[in-house]
Amino acid sequence: MEIERTVPMTTATLSRQTGAALWRNVALPILAILAALLVGALMLALSGFNVAAAYSALWGGVFGNARNLGEAMLRATPLILIGSGIAIAFRCGIWNIGAEGQFYMGAAAGAWIGLTAGDLPVWLSIPTALLAGALLGGLWAEIAGWLKVRLGLNEVVTTIMLNYIAIGIVGYLVTGPMQEASRYNPQTDEIAAGMVLPRLFVGMRVHAGFVLALVLPVLAAILLFRTPLGFALRAVGFNPEAARHAGINVNRQYVLAISLSGAAAGIAGAVEVLGVIGRLYENISPGYGFTGIAVSLLAANHPVGTIFSGLLFGALTTGAELMQLTAKIPSAMTFILQGLIIAFLVSFRAMQGRVWRRG
Amino acid sequence: MSEQAPRLRLAGISKHFGPVQANNDISLEVAAGEIHCLLGENGAGKSTLMNILYGLVRPDAGGIFLDGRSVAIHSPHQAIELGIGMVHQHFMLVPTLTVAENVILATRPLLSLRRLRESVMWDRRAIERQVGDVVQRYGLKIDPRARVASLSVGEQQRVEIVKALYRGVNLLILDEPTAVLTPQETTDLFKTLRSFAASGLSIILITHKLHEVMAISDRVTVLRDGRVVGRRATRETDMHELAGLMVGRDVHLTVEKTRARPGAPALVIDRLTVVGDDDRRLLDNLSLQVAAGEILGVAGVDGNGQRELALAITGVLRPTSGDIVANEQSLIGRTPRQIADAGVRHIPEDRQQMGLILEFPVADNFVLKTFDRAPYTVRGLLQPSAITAYAQTLIERFDVRTPSPALPVANLSGGNQQKVVLGRELDSQPRVLVAAQPTRGLDVGATEYVHKALLAQRDAGGAILLISTELEEVLALSDRIVVLYEGRIVGEVSGDRANAQQIGLMMAGVQIAAQAAEHGAGVHQ
Amino acid sequence: MEWMIGLQALLQATVRMAAPLTFTAVGETYGERAGVINIGLEGLMLIGAVAAYAVAFASGSIWLGVLAAGLAAMVFGMLFGVVTITLGANQIVAGAALNLVGLGLSSFIYRAFFGTVTGRAIQPLESVKIPLLSQIPVLGPVLFEQNMLVYLALLLAPAAALVLNRTMLGLAIRSVGEHPKATATAGLSVIGLRYGAVAFGALLAGVGGAYLSVAYANQFVENMVAGRGFIALAIVVFGRWSPMGALWASLLFGFTFALQLRLQAANVQIAYQFLQILPYVATIVAMILLRGQSAQPKALGAPYTERA
Repeated sequence: MEIERTVPMTTATLSRQTGAALWRNVALPILAILAALLVGALMLALSGFNVAAAYSALWGGVFGNARNLGEAMLRATPLILIGSGIAIAFRCGIWNIGAEGQFYMGAAAGAWIGLTAGDLPVWLSIPTALLAGALLGGLWAEIAGWLKVRLGLNEVVTTIMLNYIAIGIVGYLVTGPMQEASRYNPQTDEIAAGMVLPRLFVGMRVHAGFVLALVLPVLAAILLFRTPLGFALRAVGFNPEAARHAGINVNRQYVLAISLSGAAAGIAGAVEVLGVIGRLYENISPGYGFTGIAVSLLAANHPVGTIFSGLLFGALTTGAELMQLTAKIPSAMTFILQGLIIAFLVSFRAMQGRVWRRG
Repeated sequence: MSEQAPRLRLAGISKHFGPVQANNDISLEVAAGEIHCLLGENGAGKSTLMNILYGLVRPDAGGIFLDGRSVAIHSPHQAIELGIGMVHQHFMLVPTLTVAENVILATRPLLSLRRLRESVMWDRRAIERQVGDVVQRYGLKIDPRARVASLSVGEQQRVEIVKALYRGVNLLILDEPTAVLTPQETTDLFKTLRSFAASGLSIILITHKLHEVMAISDRVTVLRDGRVVGRRATRETDMHELAGLMVGRDVHLTVEKTRARPGAPALVIDRLTVVGDDDRRLLDNLSLQVAAGEILGVAGVDGNGQRELALAITGVLRPTSGDIVANEQSLIGRTPRQIADAGVRHIPEDRQQMGLILEFPVADNFVLKTFDRAPYTVRGLLQPSAITAYAQTLIERFDVRTPSPALPVANLSGGNQQKVVLGRELDSQPRVLVAAQPTRGLDVGATEYVHKALLAQRDAGGAILLISTELEEVLALSDRIVVLYEGRIVGEVSGDRANAQQIGLMMAGVQIAAQAAEHGAGVHQ
Repeated sequence: MEWMIGLQALLQATVRMAAPLTFTAVGETYGERAGVINIGLEGLMLIGAVAAYAVAFASGSIWLGVLAAGLAAMVFGMLFGVVTITLGANQIVAGAALNLVGLGLSSFIYRAFFGTVTGRAIQPLESVKIPLLSQIPVLGPVLFEQNMLVYLALLLAPAAALVLNRTMLGLAIRSVGEHPKATATAGLSVIGLRYGAVAFGALLAGVGGAYLSVAYANQFVENMVAGRGFIALAIVVFGRWSPMGALWASLLFGFTFALQLRLQAANVQIAYQFLQILPYVATIVAMILLRGQSAQPKALGAPYTERA
């Protein structure tokens, strides 16, 4: 016997809604970033570092010059691609913590095509490589999705385990079947020169993959908000039981969502190989899969928002490296900042939720 | 008898939640050994008041006096210390623990070096014996070693009572205790309560059931919209007066209804069986028919198969055996979407869990079952303008109060939320409608609306299966009534000739042999 | 006879490898029984590892290091508690944040204070032979010739099981994870119980991490926890949320870790990566074989809000 709490039905309610949404999606992320930077500054100060030097290096890395901006865009590319995929998964209520492994599998697929399809015309070989990356990444994720809907296995644990397995597989490939001809280093040969993604600007490393990083989030957003598939995905994410009653196949949505998410991470892997690394080796990802989670969360799980949060984190990474170079601050600082940003963001959002509900 | 301070006195209790004044200057008194009923509809403020008494909620104003002493109750812990015990409507029992463990929970210090022996439960048997003693003393018949999950609903309620008794209460509050009991169990409960009262225990019974008030209480306080609107000694009043006070106007205990003109059978259920996880037969060879233009009411105490029946018809639950035929097509094995398209619609018993996506806009909720086809999806893309336009027509037709179709449906009141569900389900003029607890949690105005809508649907030729635990509702609306007990139909009566007592007996499993045979139930008693 | 010695060494290594998993998993069992899931165990273990290393290095005392590790992890556990219990934020996301912070902070502290030169070893924790018992053939050295932290881990599990099942505190924890509302109406503090369980879990995760740096590797290497924190999550599941179950499952995983190392050392003709991923594959296989989550605490993962 609940007490019916009737909210007065006025347009005031409507404007409160939009106000709350704006606050939630724009103001709070900014506040979270500032709070994280503050705590970071405190930490640096306590550790005896020169905070001013550190943060000016960080700033320089972000806004310093065109070259740094290009670097930020470069780092942002895989983050945006992964982030928009994760946004799809999270919106469906399935926790894909396995983007790291899916990235590796996509990279392996992309590298393989890159090594073997060099004779094909570019307009065929590159898309094939990207498609292969998407396929393998999607399949890798689908394993965890299948384990969840058929066997009820918690996807948080299974996707994490699959991460390590994927990394192991790549390690095996680059020391075995796909190793370079000289058999010296644990890496593959370079991919066909024709398949390397072209640079966008002279003198900078940022490559055509960045364009994909602008396009994919838009496609993902269209999928989520303008197609019946996206409608069903979001419905399941909010209320799987009501979705089931409405005739939506909940299990199918879960598998679809995580597969799409894996495909995005897989493309990111292939793009990274074709655009920057040029070959496959171990440790090609400094934790993109986990940062991708942060990217999506910061963007309130909206694919287009990941463009901005991805750029932010890309800039942070560039800045952190600059910090290490000039101010001798370990670049692991970037992980701390990422974690703090998420922590503050969810805290602020939770606080807002409580206030709003009580009012 | 000397002038003694009453066991409990509430003076001027007020409490608001946001803009809603849940309790407004409420005063009442309960004497020692008195059974006092707190009567009111959903939302009248009864639960808030008792939550204040139990320390779950802090009042804005007013005082609480126990045996003449002013007390401040800031937590359940304090309430318990003061001798106040509460039996909640939704049991506060941990299913995986035993009866004894549930009873002794929090009765001893958690972490104390001084009282180390009490913190550690080395001797389980001694504890179980202790609890067993309390059970014996009050004649409550439960096994302290049993896991709560394995107990029946009536037994679980007794565990709740033992919890309070074990802590030594002198004021026992029961919140809608009979909502989940059969009439027989209710009689047992009332007997128990009377014996408690005779030994000096004060009892407050929260209820909205008039006949219970008349049956058990010494005095009654009626709440409406957060205020006290009447205090009576039970023997000096009757159900009609109480009903009037409760609702605030002359109550038609029946609703205006034209004669039914039933046509051909629109829904035929044949020997439907649903076997649950633990091999329990949730539906047992159940057969029934609903004709077009007829409302068939399914009465029964909650938990006798109502949920499974509704879910099986609408395709969410796959039955073990049997057939369901609507408009000459079998529904078995079809998806919920196919069944909805076949003209069988559903008003689910829990609109927020099953019927709506609260975070979605009102408009999206209207197209929850049709979003992926024209005109709402064209060439693979959703058409927001078409969806909004459709929503607007439904909003007008069904009088949904919302400033905009884009507002998340969570912002609407319960009644308006139910209207969204109604609009979605009724707009297609379904030939068969399954309405499960359609007025649960709604105020009087919304309830009236729903009832009118259902009757209109019936008059337009629809077949309606009304599943409701509110006997008054079933009696008021149905053309025919069947009673569901332990997954079987145990009796059928025509709507005009039904009386509550007869149905109550059937709800408790007593069969009317002749009709029962037609419905395929085995011999039972 | 030789294979017996080989087996003995393998089993001894198994128990050694199981210790950090046991600490962390038993701790997380308490947290999850109370209704809070913490996927940030990896980060907490890393914090514990670096704290133990740093303090042991500076003070020369390993036990001081272990203590510092537990306390440091507990602090972060409490912060995690604030975000998830008091503020009611999503526990998975908060755990992910904790992992990032733990990863970054541990690397940061190590590099900032110990430079980029890796491999500054500290004095290893000595193994202690228990007289008489360690003479038992085969099993003797396996169980009774280990270092003190291992003994602690082996004793911790049954002690934790006892407290959970036979004390009022344990009863309270068990009930708050199944039915927080019932626990609150019985007069207990849901928040207090959950904070306590989370803090205890974090403390143990810190000790688990400390084990890796001061008793196992005798140094700190960035990201040295290598997924054990996540494996601990899986261990809780098929230990069926019981401390003793966590112990058995930890031993199973300890075995796969030990086996992998032994096979590598023996130059078995399998690419070493396949041995490396053995524990992770074993996790998934075990999850498949032992599925049936009927023991999962009902209220796990759901934030508790006090509503009238």
